[in-house]
Parts: sequence; C-alpha cells; structure tokens
Amino acid sequence: MLIDVHAHFYHDRTPRADWRERNASRLAAGEKIGITIHVASILGSWGRTSPTYFPSPADLPYGNDALLALVRDHPNRIRGYVTVNPNYTAHARGEILRCLAAGMIGIKLAASRRASDPLLDPICDIARDRDVPVLQHVWQHRRRDWPGQEASDAVELCALARRHPDVRFILAHIGGGGDWRHSLAAVRAAPNVYVDLSGSGVDAGMLEECLAAVGVARLLWGTDLTMDTGWAKLRSLERLLSPEELDLVKWKNAAGIFPRGAFPFD
Amino acid sequence: MRIDVNVFLGAYPYRRVPGTSPDAVLRAMERVGIDEAWATHLPGLFWQAPAEGNAWLYETTTRAPRLKPVPAVHPGLPGWEAVVAEAVDRGAPAVRCDPTYFGLDPGGAEMRGLAAACGAARLPLLSAVRLEDVRQRHPNDRAAELPAAALRALLRSHAKLRLVVTHADRALVEEVHFGSTPEEAARVWWDICWIWGPPEDHLETLLGTVGVERFVFGTGQPLRIPENAVAKLDLLDLPAAQRTAIESGNVRTRLSR
Repeated sequence: MLIDVHAHFYHDRTPRADWRERNASRLAAGEKIGITIHVASILGSWGRTSPTYFPSPADLPYGNDALLALVRDHPNRIRGYVTVNPNYTAHARGEILRCLAAGMIGIKLAASRRASDPLLDPICDIARDRDVPVLQHVWQHRRRDWPGQEASDAVELCALARRHPDVRFILAHIGGGGDWRHSLAAVRAAPNVYVDLSGSGVDAGMLEECLAAVGVARLLWGTDLTMDTGWAKLRSLERLLSPEELDLVKWKNAAGIFPRGAFPFD
Repeated sequence: MRIDVNVFLGAYPYRRVPGTSPDAVLRAMERVGIDEAWATHLPGLFWQAPAEGNAWLYETTTRAPRLKPVPAVHPGLPGWEAVVAEAVDRGAPAVRCDPTYFGLDPGGAEMRGLAAACGAARLPLLSAVRLEDVRQRHPNDRAAELPAAALRALLRSHAKLRLVVTHADRALVEEVHFGSTPEEAARVWWDICWIWGPPEDHLETLLGTVGVERFVFGTGQPLRIPENAVAKLDLLDLPAAQRTAIESGNVRTRLSR
C-alpha cells in the first residue's frame, strides 16, 4: 500500500495543452512506483484565468469539479483535496462543504493568504468539524516575499496549528525548495503538523533529519510535481526504516489523518 | 556497468552533508549499483586556489580505483596549464571548472583559454550549472548559475572542445542544444541528475528531441541521494541499448580520451 498525499492533476481550462498527457503520465508512473492512491488537488485554472496561487472564485469550482470527475473515473486510485482561496471567506466555506459532501477528503490551501492570518480560522473550524486534514503549501524558510504567491513558512503554519490543536495539518513538500532545516526546527514541537516528503529536492541527510525532528509517526510520503524524486526518497527510506516503520510513512500515517472510510481499504 | 560522472568528495561549506568521505561515497555507490564515479574534491571548489585540492584527490582515487579523479582547474590563476597537463598525465577522464564559483566570466577569455587547452588535449571539460536549488542556498552562496549563453560561447570557441554539463534542467539543455549547430551540439553531454521525470516527463522529452547519445548518468552525490538518478531511468520505458548508452556507453565511447 502506498498513498501519495501530494499529487496534482490538470484540466482543459489550464494553460497546459498537454494536460491529458500529464494526467496520464502521473497515473502510469504511479503504477510503476506502486502508488495505491493519489490524493490530489487542482489549483483553479493553474494561471490561465487567475494566478495559480491566488485562484479566483470563478476558477476554483471548475478545478474542483474536474478533480471530482477524475475521482469518479478512477475510484480506486484518486482522492481529492478541495482547493479554496481564504480571501473569499463565504465562497471558501461553501466550496469546502460542497466538495466534502461530494467525496473529497481534505482541504488544500495554496499561497493566497499567510497561514498565520485569522482568515484561515473559519476554514480550520470546518476542518475540525468535518475531521479532514489541511494541506498547506509551504515555502521552507521564507526570507522574503516571492512573486506570485503569499507564501507561508513552517513558523507561520505552526502558529495556525497552535490555534487549532484539534486540526491535522500537512506541511507541504519539505523537499520543495528552501531551507528545510528551518521547517523541521519549527514543526518539532507542533504535534498536529505532519511533514509531507514531496518536492524535487533530494538532499542527502534530509530524510534522516526529518526522522530526527518529528519521528516516523509524522511523516507522509508524496511526490508533488516530480515523481522520480518521490520514488528516490521511498527507496532511501527502505534502508533507514524497518518494514513496520516504512508502512507508517507509505500509508498508515496517511490513513490515520484522513477521515475513516476515505480509502478503499479503510 | 553504471558510471556516475557527477560525484564529490569532502565537506560542503554551506550545510552539513552526511556521507562525504570516500568510503561513504563508495558505500553509496555499492548501494545503488554504481561501478565507477568521476569525483572532484568538493571543498576545493570554494578555495581561492581550487587546484590545491587536487593532490588529495589524486592520492584518494589512487587508493580507490573505482573513483576517477576530475581535478579542478582555475584558468585565471598562474600555472593553470600545468594543472591540465597533470590531468592528462594522470589519466583523468576530465577536468572541471565552475566559473561562477571561481569568480570568472563563464564565457570570458580565461574560460575560452581553458576550452582551447582541453580541446587540444582531447580532455573533456566538466562544469555544473548549479550545486543546489537557488531557493535553498545559503544567504552568502551568491554564485550565479551557469548561463546557456556561456556554454554556447565555449562550444563555439574551440572545435575540439568536449563539454560535460551537470545539474542542467530541461530549459537550459534545449537552449544550448538548439542554439548550437549540429556539430557544436554533438560536443556537449548532459548528466540527468536535475532533469525532471514524470509527470512532466522532461527527461523522456529530451531523449526524444535532443537524443539519447547526449546524456550521461550523474547523481550529484553526496549532496543529493543517488537513488534519484536511478529512479529517473527506472521510470522510463527505455530499450536496453539506450539505457546502457546513458549509464555507461556514451561515456566509454564518446568521452574517452
């Protein structure tokens, strides 16, 4: 069993003319790697009609519906996070409730609003009430603002996590660029923050330091945009962990933070 | 047979990296099935005189024959020609120069002089585009990434120069390849360590557009885990002959001295 907690798909209203090939490639690579479930999100129009990290209320439902269609087409392979923009509070609440009712199993927050901002509180309240995790896009040690996103780092996510101790948060792509040691130092004392191993970074020592910082019980396996790096980290974990520990990272930790019944094997 | 053209030995100045000793690198090679590695003394790349790390490198690789020495040469320092000559005498598979780390104009006169010397000696010249993701570099690690224009300029500067470029992404490979004549493009090889696999499929695309003969196996270890380069190849449906070409054949047949 292997759950990818950080996957993405595309649709016909993104800038990608090759969106079908990219979706098919993810599924085909997943078969080779042995991925049982891709837990995915679609960030609005991926920049076509609103910015990727600031998706508009018009684009979000289209992306979320495209993902729901993929879940219906691949009921044993794909699950969804509902993506919302916290700047539009009422829309975000409505979209979360609509998509969770339709079968999505988590909430995806990109970089539309700093994670520590009070506008994220109503979203976390729903996550608590509906018992779903929040996957927060994170820039590992944001030293400044970067164009195109209002990125958050682990310190800011942990501030949110302290305000919502009953919500489970996933710190996105520890290998996704930036100083991951800064993030690990921040999440060490945040028991409701899980670390997603995805991202293109395959730095030597990163896996060992993740284990040292949060232990095997708070690590989640994922890929994001580069499945080869995900597979490489999985292969590295095989030499660092016992088979029982490896199963925690591969799927058992994920099965524990998503709602019961979220996966076919639940 | 798997040859890794992109390996370092020794400590990295900007963060703690495990497994940088020769023994640790050899164990990692054993773990992922790498038979031979082109290795450079990593601390030396950050010294005023990078070639001062070469003596240790030659001594170390003499004791560990699976490691092949790729000595550093700084063409802006007096005596650099002797560094190239020593590399030839000692049978090094290549020399390396990372001009932006050495404070050199990457397409400037010193680099063109080195390109000419390497071309004349039939000694491949190796350079890295980057060593780390720009987003995670130490605040004081400000060396620019190697620009495509400089690589094109070097290829044009000497008709016999053979370049091995590591840590390049798809955009840079395409810019150099299609910005060069077929003859020029046939004298550059790219390691696969920084090229994305699925679902973006950059490596698969490049193998089709640029050609299998242009790519060599490289990991960037010990800064990066070597499992990644192997996983990239395992995710492709390559005929055995093409995989062999990338893993060792292109180095043995096209980059031999």
